[in-house]
Amino acid sequence: MGVSRHNTPDIYLDYAATTPVDPRVAERMAECLTQDGLFGNPSSMHGPGRAARAAVEKARAQVAALINAGSPEIVWTSGATESDNLAIKGAARFYKDKGRHIITSRIEHKAVLDTCGQLEREGFEVTYLKPDRDGLIKPDAIVAALRDDTVLVSIMHVNNEIGTVNDIATISQVVHARNALFHVDAAQSAGKLPIDVKAMDLDMVSLSGHKVYGPKGIGALYVRRQPRVNLQPLLHGGHHETGLRSGTLATHQIVGMGEAYRIAREQLAEEIPQLAALREQLWRLLKESIPAALLNGHPLQRVAGILNVSFPGIEGESLLFGCSGLAVSSGSACSAASAEPSYVLRALGRDDELAGASLRFSMGRFTTPAEVEAAARIVIGEYQRLKALALAG
Amino acid sequence: MNIYLDHNATTPLDPRVLDAMLPWMQGAQGNPSSVHRFGRAAHAALETARRQVASLVNVEASQVIFTGGGTEANNLALKGVCHGVPQGRLLVSAVEHAAVQEPADALAEQGWQVAHIPVDAMGRIDTDAMIALCNRDTRLVSIMLANNETGVLQELAAVAEHAHAHAALLHTDAIQAAGKMPVDFSALGVDLMTLSAHKLNGPRGVGALIVSKTVTLLPLIHGGGQEQGRRGGTENLAGIVGFGKAAELVQAELKTRIPQLLALREQFENGLQALPGIRIFADAAMRLPNTVQIGVTGFDGETVVMELDKRGMAVSSGSACHSGSGKPSHVLKAMGFDDVTARSAVRVSFGVDNTPADVSALLEALTDITQSRPGAVAWA
Repeated sequence: MGVSRHNTPDIYLDYAATTPVDPRVAERMAECLTQDGLFGNPSSMHGPGRAARAAVEKARAQVAALINAGSPEIVWTSGATESDNLAIKGAARFYKDKGRHIITSRIEHKAVLDTCGQLEREGFEVTYLKPDRDGLIKPDAIVAALRDDTVLVSIMHVNNEIGTVNDIATISQVVHARNALFHVDAAQSAGKLPIDVKAMDLDMVSLSGHKVYGPKGIGALYVRRQPRVNLQPLLHGGHHETGLRSGTLATHQIVGMGEAYRIAREQLAEEIPQLAALREQLWRLLKESIPAALLNGHPLQRVAGILNVSFPGIEGESLLFGCSGLAVSSGSACSAASAEPSYVLRALGRDDELAGASLRFSMGRFTTPAEVEAAARIVIGEYQRLKALALAG
Repeated sequence: MNIYLDHNATTPLDPRVLDAMLPWMQGAQGNPSSVHRFGRAAHAALETARRQVASLVNVEASQVIFTGGGTEANNLALKGVCHGVPQGRLLVSAVEHAAVQEPADALAEQGWQVAHIPVDAMGRIDTDAMIALCNRDTRLVSIMLANNETGVLQELAAVAEHAHAHAALLHTDAIQAAGKMPVDFSALGVDLMTLSAHKLNGPRGVGALIVSKTVTLLPLIHGGGQEQGRRGGTENLAGIVGFGKAAELVQAELKTRIPQLLALREQFENGLQALPGIRIFADAAMRLPNTVQIGVTGFDGETVVMELDKRGMAVSSGSACHSGSGKPSHVLKAMGFDDVTARSAVRVSFGVDNTPADVSALLEALTDITQSRPGAVAWA
């Protein structure tokens, strides 16, 4: 699979950065893009417009179904980053007269952290909670940080680098006990863990298309209707999405995300154990040959597809670049260009050196046991080569 | 029979654009921010598209900021500029699309002084009025290059000179102009320009803000550092590749597309002369080669739209974003027309996929509709 320019086949173990589009999704998208397809503007009154509108609404129901939301509670965006921005800035700015304190964690995605940074420049106060050694944000830590003027708490469901799963249902209870709103970045958990916005009592949830075998450039924000959560829009002009997010709707993208979420709902129960088995296989192979390898994140409370490992005593970038033919990452893709060690691993207490010598493996729907085995072989070989060099030097 | 005559609302995707997008819509495609092979291939495709879009409007690739669409790009232009400078005055024309008008309204709520530049009866901005409104507090002027409803083109040279004399920036929404006429960013003298892919036979969900190198923008969407820190979020790779291809095609084919569109427009406008009670708005102004906004005396525009829809023809009563609202066109109101006349508007916008036979069918249908209810005042 993939875009190899070498003789060796590429092994893609970077599903947390982005997933391949499922062929069924690509097919539905292509249907929208032909001249006789659903090319109308969903805001237009004529036949092509109405046909496009119907497809958009079907997809909205498919996305809503995965998280047990009502269709009108799903707002289309250009991606989870925009969803995070809309949720956090939108709620903070709308409720700013109620209070100006926000709670989040140090290991949120940049889409949340940079957004909170902007709000700080606008006069909001943000508390960045430190996770425990396993990368969890404990409800007790939230309780301790909540204040009378706290308007919003934003905590991710699954961490994108280490895969740790936060107990968002309990966090929701403590947040609501103090009358604050609760936003969850579920970009890494939707389609990988069950989410029930009603049972978990969530106010806003950010969703991504391209992390769930859908297209890039489409996402959604769940915005609770009962009781209603109000937001100040980021984008004005045209009153699309009941005024919460203006802009012509990209039918093919929306249909693609809808189909991706439909498939995710159908396959969730069987995919979780499959991915967990692949992850355990990889960890077992690595640990057998590299006893010094350290697992990052909670050993049990974590998502099936992500394995983050530190390799003491070697240089991380050398390891990453040495693993030719293996697509993994040393942190989140969005931080890839910076050579800084992962801020997530730093927050867990790993020192710079160890944080730098870490790899995130993320597996998905199309990963095979043979690929996992080959990946382990590549990493082990490269580790041993670097270790020998270090000893020789 | 299905005839699509609403290309200013959205255009069908060019099959060649779809071919360019398909490899990026399926299989394992990297995140352009990833450093591995998949990521680097994605990044290279992104940068090719950036050069293609830049070339269409004659700028350097680094001046292109990809967004989630034209609306976002317009929001980024207005809010991004205004949020980065002390509050002052913002000038927008009275005929802007909602995607400029409403961000301006939002800025007004935050304390910005927003003034509207009036237009004449032909929809052309009143340059003298603009000069009078432009003062030393003016930070930004936003005037669309071509109007989405009437197709009227604005002359920006004098405006640019006066804006810059007051140290204000000039933004133009070129969404409707790009792909239908030559658009040269520097020749226009603008500082910011909005483009949209789906108005030039590219995909929906992708647009761009073109910025001069000296413009400072506060991002609307934070997080991730993409687009030189000016627009966070994983890039819509297939969409951007499609935008690039559509830009490349339109640049290569503009010379043949313009006369093709003009011929359709002329055929339609000549045919309308035989139909009593139909007027062409802004007929004396320079207009886009594909756009004709008509007023059908005695009819509500939306009624005509639905009647044409029954006959398999897709047109609109104004901007798609306002369809169904029942409000009279703010563009025609700004041109001095009363509510009744403004409500009678029907916009026909041709595309390169239309044929002379489509125009004949439209004329026939309009004859049929207007003659079936002579003198009827549908909404009165």
